[in-house]
Amino acid sequence: MNGNLYLWLIPALPLAGFLLNGILGRRLPKWLVTTVALLAPLAAFGVVLYTCLFVRSSPTDPDMAPIIQIMPYSENLGHWINASFLHVDFSFVLDQLSLVMLLVVTGIGFLIHIYSVGYMNNDEGYARYFSYLNLFLFFMTVLVLAGNALVMFIGWEGVGLASYLLIGFYFNKKSAADAGKKAFIVNRIGDFGFLIAMFLLVANFGTLTFTEIAAKLGQDPGWQGGVVTVIGLCLLLGAAGKSAQLPLYIWLPDAMEGPTPVSALIHAATMVTAGVYMIARTHVLFDHSPFALGVVAAVGAATAIFAATIALVQNDIKRVLAYSTISQLGYMFLGCGVAAYSAAIFHLMTHAFFKALLFLAAGSVIHGLGGEQDLRKMGGLWKKLPVTFAVTTVGVLAIAGIPPFAGFFSKDAILYAAFQHGVYGEILWGVGIVTALLTSFYMFRLWYLAFLGKSRSPEIHPHESPWSMRGPLIILALLSICGGWIGIERFGAFLAPSVGGRVAEASNWSLAIPFTSHPLSLEICLIIVAVFVAMEGWMIADKYYRRNPDRPARLAANHPDGYKLLAGKYFVDEFYRATVVKPLLGFSTYILGWIVDVGILGGAAWLLGGIATLSGAILQRWQSGNLRSYAAWLAAGTAAVLIFMLVPWATVLASLTAIHLGMAGH
Amino acid sequence: MNLFAHEVPLSWYLILSAILFSLGVVGFLIKRNLITVFMSIELMLNGVNLSFVTFAQQWHEVKGQIFVFFVMMVAAAEAAVGLAIIIAVFRARATLAVDRIDLMKL
Repeated sequence: MNGNLYLWLIPALPLAGFLLNGILGRRLPKWLVTTVALLAPLAAFGVVLYTCLFVRSSPTDPDMAPIIQIMPYSENLGHWINASFLHVDFSFVLDQLSLVMLLVVTGIGFLIHIYSVGYMNNDEGYARYFSYLNLFLFFMTVLVLAGNALVMFIGWEGVGLASYLLIGFYFNKKSAADAGKKAFIVNRIGDFGFLIAMFLLVANFGTLTFTEIAAKLGQDPGWQGGVVTVIGLCLLLGAAGKSAQLPLYIWLPDAMEGPTPVSALIHAATMVTAGVYMIARTHVLFDHSPFALGVVAAVGAATAIFAATIALVQNDIKRVLAYSTISQLGYMFLGCGVAAYSAAIFHLMTHAFFKALLFLAAGSVIHGLGGEQDLRKMGGLWKKLPVTFAVTTVGVLAIAGIPPFAGFFSKDAILYAAFQHGVYGEILWGVGIVTALLTSFYMFRLWYLAFLGKSRSPEIHPHESPWSMRGPLIILALLSICGGWIGIERFGAFLAPSVGGRVAEASNWSLAIPFTSHPLSLEICLIIVAVFVAMEGWMIADKYYRRNPDRPARLAANHPDGYKLLAGKYFVDEFYRATVVKPLLGFSTYILGWIVDVGILGGAAWLLGGIATLSGAILQRWQSGNLRSYAAWLAAGTAAVLIFMLVPWATVLASLTAIHLGMAGH
Repeated sequence: MNLFAHEVPLSWYLILSAILFSLGVVGFLIKRNLITVFMSIELMLNGVNLSFVTFAQQWHEVKGQIFVFFVMMVAAAEAAVGLAIIIAVFRARATLAVDRIDLMKL
């Protein structure tokens, strides 16, 4: 291979941006900060596009052969760990899967950087904000490019750090600082799973490199269930933490305390999809454990419908979107769980387009209203914010799954894949379709409440956002329209070398009836149902929020318990507080704090201090100040030394022994 | 010829030296007056001096005598400083009783 793709540049450029803005940012003029901050992701995106020119899925033209790399292409930056059988390198791998992720991460990342220039224009922490954003891109690209689990873990932890820093960006606000901590701590639980999975991989496979694991699994058909299931479930725990799935989703709604572009980039489009990416990356393990795969699907489906029901009654525009993100991530997990990895990644990509769009549009609304986030105080914004209204409409249509917008294609691909997995799959499909109905309803509810009807806060005079914000919105809107037109067939075929085809995995599905090819008419039937459900959601929203605006309130009044349950988010936070946080705090306060800290550690310190004081009290009597006592001690000491030196001890001892022996002899 | 037919034996000098030294020690320990205590120290020093010159004479070595000069010199210096301190103590306390000067400060 003569050519080199310089993959390391992709993470290195944002890192350089982070270092420049992070160290010098406060002293540099604002235009320079902006330039550095925008150049870093733009250059990284440029490198990714450049890379696209020089990689092929299969060998093609012999003339181009010297400069064309065949995927998977790997780049080794150096050795890291070399301990007996375990070798871990700083290795980057570019294959179809990481290429798609890289395009999404750097492309959308760049758009959101541009948007942030407008959104954060008047913020004091301008340079700090952009340095964190660049730091995030650095770690995210490391995560995506990682050739082994440990390098991925660097990125995994790093994006968690960037997420923490950006959620707590307004660190003077207690709720923001708390939300940052919550995100970090909840993610720690997931990371625990990831770590255990890595230990098990080392113990059972002796390697952390993805390709080697796949090779070892392929060699021996005996790897089925058992320890592979345990590894899979641990990985799922990690993925559930990062991707906000049940039961670890609780941090994501609170993460909305961060600036809105951050919510768009990190907590909707890229970082939270890392779990899905990780499962797709380690799919060989899941393919050998039908049970783990089934759990992935169940978690995904449960999260999808669970979060969707909460989203129905939220009044904060960003929280609606946060719960919708959790719900959509559930779809992706559902896709992974039915071994339709390419469909999951397809949905990941389209979701990145339309959810980034929706968040940025929400940011534009919040920006235009001077910080107002409550849907109940909006209304009639379509006249004041025409561009925002237009792009939001596109986003809502896309997420609701109305053709020909992007979300329709990817969601349909997942649901279709689920339906083909026997009875269990049909149940999952049913859950998915109900979720689609709910999704459509709450998104149109948001749309009606925010943009249509009459303004509910006439005292606010909204203004349309600057072009730096409108530009990315329009580009993302175009992507949300066209993003799905590739079609799952072509997308799946492209990804197949990385994640395998759908048909191949179907046979590993324990609960599945052996894969039977359904006629095309089935797919059309399912599409019709999905579209019908999406339109139905729209109609219900229309009925509730346009024609009878007082009806939701009446419904809530008629079912106070149900409404309270949803508005209180099923009281999961309260449940965790009572069952996990309180006992843990109690344990820390009483056992660790009082018994261990005050009792054992404090007691030991007290004891040592006491010994010193006591011996001091005894010894200080020597220091009487009385000249004669000093002299007496001196004389006594001299006498003792003299006696010791002058008495012939050896002779004395010898004679004593002789006497003793003589007595014994008698 | 030697005027003294029988030289005084070495041990007599050493015994005298030990007696002087012990008297000094006892005086140091039991006398209350600071000046007497001070004189006891001189007694101890001179007891040691005596054994130094004895050995110098015995071994025909000049080193012992040199030591004696050092000790006498140090004793003179010590006497100068010590008497000055004694005067200062007396001025401050109006007493020279060793037992009552135990505050470790003036």
